[in-house]
Amino acid sequence: MACSCGNAEENQEKYFAPLKKVLENYDKKAKDLIPVLQETQEEYGYLPQEVLEEIAKSLRVPFSQVYGVVTFYSQFHLEPRGENIIRICMGTACHVRGADKVLDTMKEELGIDDGETTEDLKFTLESVACIGACGLAPVIMVNDNTHGLLTPETTVEVLDQYRG
Amino acid sequence: MDQSIYRSHILICGGTGCVSSGCKEVRSSLEEELAERDLVNEIKVIETGCHGFCEKGPLMIVYPEGVFYCKVQPEDMEEVVEEHILKGKVVERLLYTDPTTGENIPSYQEIDFYKKQQRTALINCGYIDPEEIKEYIATGGYEAIGKALTEMTPQEVIDEVKESGLRGRGGGGFPTGLKWQFASDAEGDKKYVICNADEGDPGAFMDRSILEGDPHVLIEGMILAAYAVGADEGYVYVRAEYPLAIKRLRVALEQAEENGLLGENLFGTDFSFKLRIKEGAGAFVCGEETALMASIEGERGMPRPRPPFPAEKGLWGKPTNINNVETYANVPAIIKEGAEAYKQVGTEGSTGTKVFALTGKINNTGLAEVPMGITMREIIYDIGGGINEGKEFKAVQIGGPSGGCLPEDKLDLTIDYDSLLEVGAMMGSGGLVVMDEDTCMVDVARFFLDFTQSESCGKCTPCRIGTKQMLDILERITVGEGQEGDIELLERLAENIKSTSLCGLGQTAPNPVLSTLRYFRDEYEAHIYEQTCPAGACEELLGAYVIDGEACVGCTVCTEACPVDAIAGEAKEEHLIDEDACIACGACVDKCPVDAITQ
Ligand SMILES: Cc1cc2nc3c(=O)[nH]c(=O)nc-3n(C[C@H](O)[C@H](O)[C@H](O)COP(=O)(O)O)c2cc1C
Ligand code: SF4
Ligand code: SF4
Ligand code: FES
Ligand code: FES
Repeated sequence: MACSCGNAEENQEKYFAPLKKVLENYDKKAKDLIPVLQETQEEYGYLPQEVLEEIAKSLRVPFSQVYGVVTFYSQFHLEPRGENIIRICMGTACHVRGADKVLDTMKEELGIDDGETTEDLKFTLESVACIGACGLAPVIMVNDNTHGLLTPETTVEVLDQYRG
Repeated sequence: MDQSIYRSHILICGGTGCVSSGCKEVRSSLEEELAERDLVNEIKVIETGCHGFCEKGPLMIVYPEGVFYCKVQPEDMEEVVEEHILKGKVVERLLYTDPTTGENIPSYQEIDFYKKQQRTALINCGYIDPEEIKEYIATGGYEAIGKALTEMTPQEVIDEVKESGLRGRGGGGFPTGLKWQFASDAEGDKKYVICNADEGDPGAFMDRSILEGDPHVLIEGMILAAYAVGADEGYVYVRAEYPLAIKRLRVALEQAEENGLLGENLFGTDFSFKLRIKEGAGAFVCGEETALMASIEGERGMPRPRPPFPAEKGLWGKPTNINNVETYANVPAIIKEGAEAYKQVGTEGSTGTKVFALTGKINNTGLAEVPMGITMREIIYDIGGGINEGKEFKAVQIGGPSGGCLPEDKLDLTIDYDSLLEVGAMMGSGGLVVMDEDTCMVDVARFFLDFTQSESCGKCTPCRIGTKQMLDILERITVGEGQEGDIELLERLAENIKSTSLCGLGQTAPNPVLSTLRYFRDEYEAHIYEQTCPAGACEELLGAYVIDGEACVGCTVCTEACPVDAIAGEAKEEHLIDEDACIACGACVDKCPVDAITQ
């Protein structure tokens, strides 16, 4: 995070402040890596490289291990993400009840592909394996809210609720 | 519970399913209506966990009558309060309608979906407020741990569980008592118990339901296990995709601590137990027990070779007992009522009940807890109400990505751990996905392989490369490029992967292919040798659409619907589809008002 405005140090401090706060709650051991990453991602919305380097230093684990963990779990993201995260279930129950139509509708409406984020950073689209609401298949989750029994039409209605 | 002072209780389901269909708004509206009529002190509103019938949600049950209302909306509450609560008249239009007879059924015990169920693990789900420990205690909760700590030795607890015949509900069906014995016998100054609440099997959601609807039963089961094996610390590993479950479990843990049920010197004994939540980070393979422990330790969730088994060397190298949510949820009942009573239900080799998640092309989707030994037909037709939209049954997939697909002639099989293995499927977590005539079995196999292939952790070659090869072949077959010898190649690869993979993911990944090859080989052959998909599901294999000239009324709607302008014709005249241009997308079919378009 180099910058040329003259108060690089102060900016730096501000940038890492949320991370420092997260780290305060842990005894800085390798076992805390995953929860630290989870909380840090909550703060920053994703996991920027500089932040990962700081985490590696604080927990005293090699950067390669941090990177290995981050890329192993689908929950962690190295790129900025949308304000709203749309997860489309592609699990078995949803698959046999038309999940691909829901996914296609979303792709078309948002103009992005699975795994991408809209340019205005409003939406990120992700397909997932099962969100445990299979009785309502096909199901999607927008942020922490579950929406079920979807058709292409109701999918658009749900999306509109978040378009604001 | 201060039940006596209320003349009526209204239970509103507050599980994930019903929250998504709007139960929060229903509850506020109900509370407003009650307040307006000064009924707040007479009628108690309780938000419960999942009733298992989420598709019909939001659900509501009015006691003492036990009247079951479904798909209730906020605007219905005025009528419910006016008519039902004040005048004692049931609101007919909100009752459940039987899909076969068309009759309205007022009492939930009379609904087919619930009639054949027998609840042990889900006994409180949907009936108590999961955020109120007093309600769990009022149903006899935490009696089992009181009994164990004051009247039983740890070995007696283990013996009782052994005697009950309980087998692990997380997939493998390993005898729980024996597992506890191993952990108890293992040498170690420190031991752990873990609950596997990763529930990664697509199509299964019973563990979520227990966590959301009755978290204390899990906590009690874990305390019992800890006491039995001599552990003083435990973890519940919950997938992050279950925010409501995590929240309810957190509340339950706090309340259990406040009530002296977790912590130091429980019930005045020298037994202490601390329990924590660990959130998963999204990797299916972390449901595998050794990968799960690696994940708790902060590493990539990759399986480790077994032996050593977790009972000897588990979390941080210490003896560890790991069980599934539903397994633990059965334990309090065993200790409280005794192994003898528990064994009365189920079959000799598989005692007790099992919760199945019924989904797919079926009338009643939801969670059903039934005695082991029930037949598939009873579950699908009696409880599930049969296939929806009047279609024909084709197969039922059981056991998720490790399981298999069973055809019609296996419907009368009695279900238990062993009978399923014999026919090439497995219990898995109990997900049952019903498929109808429109489902292509090759596509189903491809779907599961795609899943396991992308979830393979990559540690061992047969699983990483082998599943990819199988997937490539299946993909070829579904687009009409299958070749002579593909079936045999699939079978060879499958056997190889099964016998040489390190963990259960790889070892079971070929099962969906093998079981569909076993029962639906003709469908594979049709794809390969005739380039046709008998179910009409594989788009690349479908022919062009044609318009029946006699039926067509020339409304022109289809010309607009067609994305590639393959349809021509003047208004009021017969239309024609250009076979070569048609991409068989089916867009026109849905639009035609007179159903003149077919394939
Ligand atoms: C790839 C894979 C995924 C698994 N996922 C789960 C799961 O989500 N939940 C679960 O309880 N067991 C799962 N298991 C089984 C566990 O490894 C383990 O056997 C189980 O938690 C033991 O509990 P039980 O004896 O109570 O069944 C999985 C196994 C494999 C190989
Ligand atoms: S079988 Fe597959 S998932 Fe299991 S350890 Fe090997 S590569 Fe990983
Ligand atoms: S929509 Fe049907 S009726 Fe209308 S022109 Fe097309 S084929 Fe004919
Ligand atoms: S399969 Fe879609 S929610 Fe479970
Ligand atoms: S969430 Fe209400 S019935 Fe399942």
